[in-house]
This record gives sequence, C-alpha cells and structure tokens, in this order.
Amino acid sequence: MSFDFLQDKDRIFTNVYGFQSPNLKAAQARGDWDNTKDLVGLGHDKIIEEIKASGLRGRGGAGFPTGLKWSFMPKEAPKDAQGNPRPSFLVINADESEPGSCKDREIMRGDPHKLIEGALVAGYAMRARAAYIYIRGEYIAEAIALEKAVAEAYDAGLIGKNAAGSGYDFDVFVHRGAGAYICGEETAMIESLEGKKGQPRLKPPFPAGAGLYGCPTTVNNVESIAVVPTIMRRSGAWFASFGRENNHGTKLFQVSGHVEKPAVFEEAMSIPFKDMIEKHCGGITGGWDNLLAVIPGGSSVPLVPAEQIMNAPMDFDGLKDVGSGLGTAAVIVMDKSTDIVRAISRLSYFYKHESCGQCTPCREGTGWMWRVMEKMRDGNAEIEDIDTLYEVTKQVEGHTICALGDAAAWPIQGLIRHFRPEMERRIREQQGSGAEIMEAAE
Amino acid sequence: MPKVTVDGVELEVPQGATVLQAAELAGKEIPRFCYHERLSIAGNCRMCLVEVKPGPPKPQASCALPAADGQEIRTDTEMVKKAREGVMEFLLINHPLDCPICDQGGECDLQDQAIAYGRGGSRFEENKRAVTEKYMGPIVKTVMTRCIHCTRCVRFSEEVAGVEEIGAIGRGEAMQITSYLEQAVHSELSGNVIDLCPVGALTSKPYAFEARPWELKKTLGIDVSDAVGTNIRFDSRGREVLRVLPRVNDNVNEEWATDKTRYMVDGLVRRRLDKPFVRKGGKLVEMSWDEAFKAIAKVAKKAGKSVAAIAGDMVDCETMFAARELLGAMGSKMLEGRQTGLAYDTSNLAAVNFNSTINGIEEADAILLIGTNLRWEAPLVNTRIRKAIKRGAKVFAVGPETDLTYKVEWLGEDAKVLGKLPKAVSDALKGAGKPAIIMGGGALAMEGVHGAALKLADKFKMIRDDWNGFNVLHFSAARMGGLMLGYAQEGGLADIVASKPALLFALGADEVDYNQFEGSFKVYIGHHGDAGAHAADVILPAAAYPEKNGTYVNLEGRVQFSNKAVFAPGDAREDWSILRALSDVLGHTLPFDSFDACRAAMAKAVPALGYEGLANYDWAPPKLDSKCEGVLGYPIKDFYLTNSVARASATMQRCSAELLHADDMLEAAE
Repeated sequence: MSFDFLQDKDRIFTNVYGFQSPNLKAAQARGDWDNTKDLVGLGHDKIIEEIKASGLRGRGGAGFPTGLKWSFMPKEAPKDAQGNPRPSFLVINADESEPGSCKDREIMRGDPHKLIEGALVAGYAMRARAAYIYIRGEYIAEAIALEKAVAEAYDAGLIGKNAAGSGYDFDVFVHRGAGAYICGEETAMIESLEGKKGQPRLKPPFPAGAGLYGCPTTVNNVESIAVVPTIMRRSGAWFASFGRENNHGTKLFQVSGHVEKPAVFEEAMSIPFKDMIEKHCGGITGGWDNLLAVIPGGSSVPLVPAEQIMNAPMDFDGLKDVGSGLGTAAVIVMDKSTDIVRAISRLSYFYKHESCGQCTPCREGTGWMWRVMEKMRDGNAEIEDIDTLYEVTKQVEGHTICALGDAAAWPIQGLIRHFRPEMERRIREQQGSGAEIMEAAE
Repeated sequence: MPKVTVDGVELEVPQGATVLQAAELAGKEIPRFCYHERLSIAGNCRMCLVEVKPGPPKPQASCALPAADGQEIRTDTEMVKKAREGVMEFLLINHPLDCPICDQGGECDLQDQAIAYGRGGSRFEENKRAVTEKYMGPIVKTVMTRCIHCTRCVRFSEEVAGVEEIGAIGRGEAMQITSYLEQAVHSELSGNVIDLCPVGALTSKPYAFEARPWELKKTLGIDVSDAVGTNIRFDSRGREVLRVLPRVNDNVNEEWATDKTRYMVDGLVRRRLDKPFVRKGGKLVEMSWDEAFKAIAKVAKKAGKSVAAIAGDMVDCETMFAARELLGAMGSKMLEGRQTGLAYDTSNLAAVNFNSTINGIEEADAILLIGTNLRWEAPLVNTRIRKAIKRGAKVFAVGPETDLTYKVEWLGEDAKVLGKLPKAVSDALKGAGKPAIIMGGGALAMEGVHGAALKLADKFKMIRDDWNGFNVLHFSAARMGGLMLGYAQEGGLADIVASKPALLFALGADEVDYNQFEGSFKVYIGHHGDAGAHAADVILPAAAYPEKNGTYVNLEGRVQFSNKAVFAPGDAREDWSILRALSDVLGHTLPFDSFDACRAAMAKAVPALGYEGLANYDWAPPKLDSKCEGVLGYPIKDFYLTNSVARASATMQRCSAELLHADDMLEAAE
C-alpha cells in the first residue's frame, strides 16, 4: 500500500463529527476567523490566483475549477437600464439532496464558521455584495446551527458592515428551501431564491452574467467555499500537494451501504477505493469477495462493478476512466445481497419524483424509465424491453435543459452496461415460470 | 451581422437572432411547440433541437441559442432527426391520441409534427396519465390530459394579458397547468390562449364540436366591437359565422383579439331583424319592404328638409355615406354619430385621433392617461402600453382607480389636476423623449378636458417632427369614419334634438336615448332587435358586419376594408342597398347601383376612404377652453355588453354574468 493517507495536521475540517462545540469561540480556537482581515487584504485577484493555484475543483459534483469560475465574475459592476450599477452575489448551494451525499450537513453542523468565513473571503474575491446560503428544507438542525453561527458572526462584527475589520461590507443570508432536489441545480436555485417555481433556466445567459435578480452570480457548493480560508492560510501549493495532477486537494468522502462502518471522513483525493474502505470503513460486509458494485459519486453517476472499482483512484479522472464519476464523493457500496435492479429502480423513482416537469424528455422520460425498471425488477418484461429502455435513456440524456435528465439516465445505463445478464436472467426466469404454469394449466 | 452556415448554406442573420430564426431565414422549417415569436423563450419542449458547431457534442435547443458568427448549424443530420423523434415520442406517450374527438384536429401542431417525426407505433406499454379538467371560464374549454406543458398560455397571461392567473402546479409528470384556484381567468384576452395552445388542451368552449377547420369558409374581415379595427377572419359554414380568429397585423392587433371580438358572433343568430316592421297602433307589425317604404315616403313628403340621421357604433362607412347622400338630396345635413351626446370639437380630425398610432405608442416613454379605462375601451392598446412599460415607460393616469394590469401612478379622479400637474408628472413628461397623452371616453365627455389636454401636449412639446404624442381613444368602430363623413354637429346630439326632425334615420344606433325624439318618425335600419328597434316606427332589416362588405376607420385613422362572409338572414338586406332602394321611393335616387359604385362615389367624396392605410389628418388643433373640473368617469359599464350583437350573444352574457357580476349572482342565489 503506497498511498499516503491524509495526516491529522492536514485536515481542513477538524470538527465534522461534532466532538467539539460549533460555536464561534470554539471555531476560533480551531483556527477559524484568524486574521481574516489580512486574507481579505490580499485583494480580489490575489485570492482568485491562489485558489486557481490550489487546483480546487467544485465539490458539488461537476468538478468545475473553482478559481476559474470566480474569474468569470465581472470586475466592473454592470449597469442596469437606469445606469445604476448592479451588485454581484455569491450563492452557496447547501441544498444537499443527492441520495448518498451527506457531507455539507456535517460542515454546517460542526464547522459552520468555516463556511461563513469562506463566504466572506470568496465573496470578496468575486466582488459580491452578499452571500445567500440556500439550505435544504429538510435540514432543520443544520439550518438552526447555521443561522446561529451567522448571528454569532454578525454580533462579532465578522460579517456585515466592515466585515472582520476589512473595510468590506458583506452580508450573509440563510434561505431555507422547501424540499425539492431540483433546487440544487444552480439556476433552479436562483429561481427559487427569487421566489419562483424551482425550475432550471436556459443557459446562456450563465449566472456569472445574469443570475440572481439578473445580477452577476456565482453558485458554489458548501464544501468548495468552506475550504477556501484554509487554502488561503496554508497556500494553494499546500492544497495542491494532495491528489493526482488535475485532481488536487482533500475531500470529504461519504461512504454508505454495505461496509462495516459507514462514515464521513476527510481524505486526500485519488485514494484507491480499496485502501479507503479498509482504512476508514472497516472493509466490506462479508469480505471483498462479497462486493457487488459501487456507486462512487452519489445516485446520479453510473455504478461500477466490483472488479473495476477495486483499485480505481477516487478522483474525477480516475472514476471517469471506469465509466462513472466522482460526483460529490458519496460512495454507495452494495454487496451481493443487494437486488441491484431494484436498487437502480428505486433511484429511477427518485428522479421521476424530483423531475421539475419543465422540459419534455425529463418530464415524460423519467416516469417511463421508472415504470420499465419496475417491470425489470421481477423480469416481467421482454428481452427487447432492455434495448428499448436503453434507447429511452439515450433519448433523455443530453436533450434536457439541466443535468437532471442525464442523472436519471446514467444509473440505468450503468446497470444495463454491467448487469444486463442479470436482467435477462430475471426475464427468462419469469417467462420460464410462466410457461410452466401455462403448461400445467393445460 | 453574424454569418452562419445552415446545412451548408452560408447566410448573414440580424444581430440578436436566434439559431431558430437563422434556420428559418435559410428556409429550414424547425418544429416547435413552446417557442412563439411574441412570447418569451421557454425552451422547454425540446422539439427544435439542432446540431451546432462549435458547441457541446449534443443537440441544442435552437429557439434559445443566440446565433453567433461562424456557427455551423445542421438541421438535417441523423442526430437531429433522432433527437426530435425522441422528443416527439415522449410528447405522445402521455397524450391521449383522441384526435377524432378533439376540436384541435386539423389545426393541431402536435398532429402535424407527429406526421414528420412520429414513430409508426408506440413502445409505451404502461398506462397513460390522465389529468382532471380545469375551469378557466366561459371561453376556454380545457382537456388537460392533452396538455404538453409548453407553457405558452402561462407566458401569454403573464406577459401579454397581464393577469397572473394561469400557472403550473406540481412537478415532474404530475405538473399541471391550471388557473388560479381553478377560477375563471379574469382577462379580456383569455381567448388568445386557445390559438396559442399547440394541442387540444385549451379549446374554444362556445365553438366546441361545431365544425372541422376544413369545412369552413374563411373570409377576411375587420372587427367592429371596438375602435381598434382588429384584423379578423370569419370562419363560416353555410349562412352562419361559427367563429372569428385574429389575423396577423403588427400595426393593429399583432395577432391577438379580444374575447368580445372572438365570441360575440354567436349573437349574430339571435334577436335578428329579418323582416321589415311598421308600427301600427303602437305595435310593430311585419310588413313587406314595399309597405315599409311607403310608410316612410308618406312621412318624408310632409317632413321636407326636417330629416336627420344618427349612426350607430358598428356601421360601415358606405352605409353612412349612402345615408349622408340621401339626406343631402333631401336638403338636410343633420348627421350625428356620437349617440350618447358627446359634443367635443371636431374641427380638426387630428385633434381627435390616436396620433401616435397603436404600434407607435409602444415607443412612448411617459404616458398620461386621462379618463380612460383602456382595459375595456381598447384592450389591445392596453397591451401596447404594457410593452411600453416593459421598455421603461412611466404611466400616470387621471380618473377613478382601476386595474389596468400594469403599474400606474394615479393622480386622482378630478380633472382639475390637469391644470396643475404634480411636479413628478411634469418632470417625467418634460424629460421624456416621446411623451404621450391618451384621453378616453371619460375625458371626451367632460367640457374643457379636451382643451386642457391639447394645452398639455403643447406645453410638453408632444408634437415633434417624428412624433405626435396627442391621442384620443375612441371605442366605436364607426367613429373615425363617421367624423370623416361629417357625422358630427357642433353641439352634438343636442343639435339634432333641438332641430326636432320630423323624420329620423337611425343607422344601427342603439345607444341613443330615444325619449328625446318623441315627435320624430323613427326609421331604424339595423340588424338586431335592440334599443333602436324598440323605439322605431319603421324597422328596415339590415346586414351585420360579417354580412356585408364595408370600410372601417379605426381609432388611429387607419382605413380598412372588410369582406362579406355570409348572407344576412331572412329579408334583411345590405344597408347601402336599403338606402338606395328607399331613395328611389323618396324620389331622390342615389347615383350608384352596386356596392362598388357606392364605395367609388364615397372615395370620390372623401378620397382618404378609398385607400387602405392611415388617413392623413393635418395637425391644426383648435383653441379650446381648458378649464375643467369634476370627477372623470368611464363610459363603458360592462365590457362584454357594449353593442347590440354582444348583448344578443349568449357567450357574452355568460362572460358578463360570471366575470363582472359574479358577486351579484352569489347574492341572488342566497
């Protein structure tokens, strides 16, 4: 085993388990809000440069380079029709609803001040007037913790007018969602923030040009923002020292399913799957031979069968090579006791339920796919139906306004790619048993 | 101008064009459901997918993608075809495919495009989705199972009609289009969603199961329900006009029509005058044309020059011209069209015209409304003002507060304020590049307001080389034509009353208080048994607007020709021919024997009426008293029942009862 596991001294999130208090004093003892004024004092461009140098890629799933994203924000405030300058906004995506993902909640419960400080530094870097933290509606305790932390930060003068003594005015608002997965899509989130029905917008225009209330907006994941102050303190080069080329940094992994000890933990990127499970999760239930498949990045990425995932490095490129993706690093482990068709069918139900209904392929396709998947569960179908199902996923994929259509299609495509024999077996079995009954009846 | 290549053909497209528009310019038809030229872009049907390079390796929605220089657009590749077929399949899996019993059949976008992109059969073996009907009022019938969620109706009601009463609830496949609380949509333009709906989800309630589009004769016409002059098409079968649809005319109605325009036509077969009547012993008795004419001739002989004519709100110019000629031959000039007694100065037609033009008012950046409920007097001018506001115009209004569907700064009900406008208003008008005044029916009714408005127009320099911001908004289709033909006395109707005419011709005039003409022998030439017919001594049954050719002048002075779609019922005749025949009996034979000759004679007398297009009135405003005081009112009390056709229409009565008097109905039920 040659992988260098992340050492305790290099951990960014030191209170994800909530063993210490999340309040301001404890956070400051852990190093948060330490001379934030100087971080801001570095200037807009310096911060963006440092983040670019760190190689930080968005932690929300798509993995877009964060520094690059910030640099799309206008340096000069655009003018509206009356000639008044428009403000810019930072929107922080805390609508963590992807099945399997559970990292942002730990940050908001245990280390909320990392997020708020990150909001100030990132917001300053992109010249934003305020940050809106859009938190998932079901996250009651998290929202309370976050609101408390925001209030603490206001009281201590860390945000608000002359935030942290930096001379920069910056507000942070917490906005609760109402329980729609689609509002985690950045433009749907902006619509929802504006008080409209949460439906993704057409792009272009991109949010950096016209986002919240038509103003330049950047939407970032909670983790992407929360790591920013530490990167700034410890330098981009430090952050870039973890993980493979193009996949740098540390990452909160969330392992659930058939492992001995499911856990959320921070680890360096590019850790091989097997090492990760052995070190942090106590191995697969029933041993490694019992592993069936893994969904490595949250429900919307295709599953990877056991033999392929074993040595795959857990990073963006490594998982792309096995036909899947890192997503939010929400690893769902399934052993051989899993009814794999049913598992994917349940995901199809989720996407059918969460489709916003705006555009045709997703609205109609997700329901169709789920219904066919339900038939596949018991093999109550024809062999050709598998091909039809695959074609339907292809008709949805890439034809929709947002990525939910893709997310609904990929798990099924992964299933068909790797477990077609299993699906065919069920159909044959069903037909066989049917034939026997027919015969018996005669 | 960006240069793009569409299927190998290079062309230049206008700045800001979308890929869809570029492809259309190249002559490629792009299928679409949600995209509509006059609504915002939704991009949700995904039917218009094309391949664009440079870009991601997947098909793009062409309706929402801006055309950029150097783009290579492909509309004919395998990928595009497959993508569209895929979308079409998705649209059809939950569509009931009940075309044989669907009113949209034959004019359905889904049907048409399914021919091009549909699969032969269905691969969807599950149950189809069913959706409950939604109530949207007396006009719009819903079969929501057919809905394909293009949201055109939602965008129309929000953006054009200005009532946010249609929307989507639910998400995913449970998403449904519905009206607010499933109540009737409170808009004068609700019928347009029927045309916009690309499938049979929203169809016409009054026209339900009446006809198939291919059975109908289509005749181009002009609407007379208000003074906008909406360009319409009469769809008729046999002797009946079954429906009215708007035609596209960007200068007038764009492609909208009001609910009254569309649906008052069912009044054309009710309460019709189809035989001549003569009053005998206080009762109207059916007579032959000959007898009726003789009865008139008897009176005319005694009357001599004591003759007058009042024109109604819906008559065509030819009718008014023929009557004018007849009266002229008899030696009278007592003509009036302003039935309710309005007596504003008409010495300069430009001063009573909508000079900015309907299209032009969109460009105004500060608008002062005086005594006008635009939403009822001219709903399609109201939509233009909404557009002006979207471009940044400020709107102020004098009159009782009412919901005009947009933000208005109300300056009170009293006209006194015109003498001393608040500073904010005068600043806005002063600073505006194209300031405008619109004075409506309420303003014309009050003495001094016309003068005050002209004074304001002068003060704020609303009349410039390329802009005339002084507008009078009429709401009678016959008004501008009547004024051009001299249907105006200095003192208005009062002059006619004072002259005590022995013989009075009422040309479809139903809004007159006939008590004022107790001593007169009243001849009503019209088509409906309404107020005018009730008071008449002789009724000569005439043709309604779809039953005759005619010239109409709209509120901006636009001369438009309407064509005859059907024949008038029973013994009714076209108005000009009635007057021509009568003139014979009276011994003053009119010099035309056909409609064309009549129109030619009219064009000779008033050349502007001979050409379609804007009549040119020279701006020479009269000096008028500008002192005014008093509460301005709005003349229209019930939008749906403003004329005799509408009053006879069951649909309009239902609209009135339900949309305007719902509270009264509730009370009566208790």
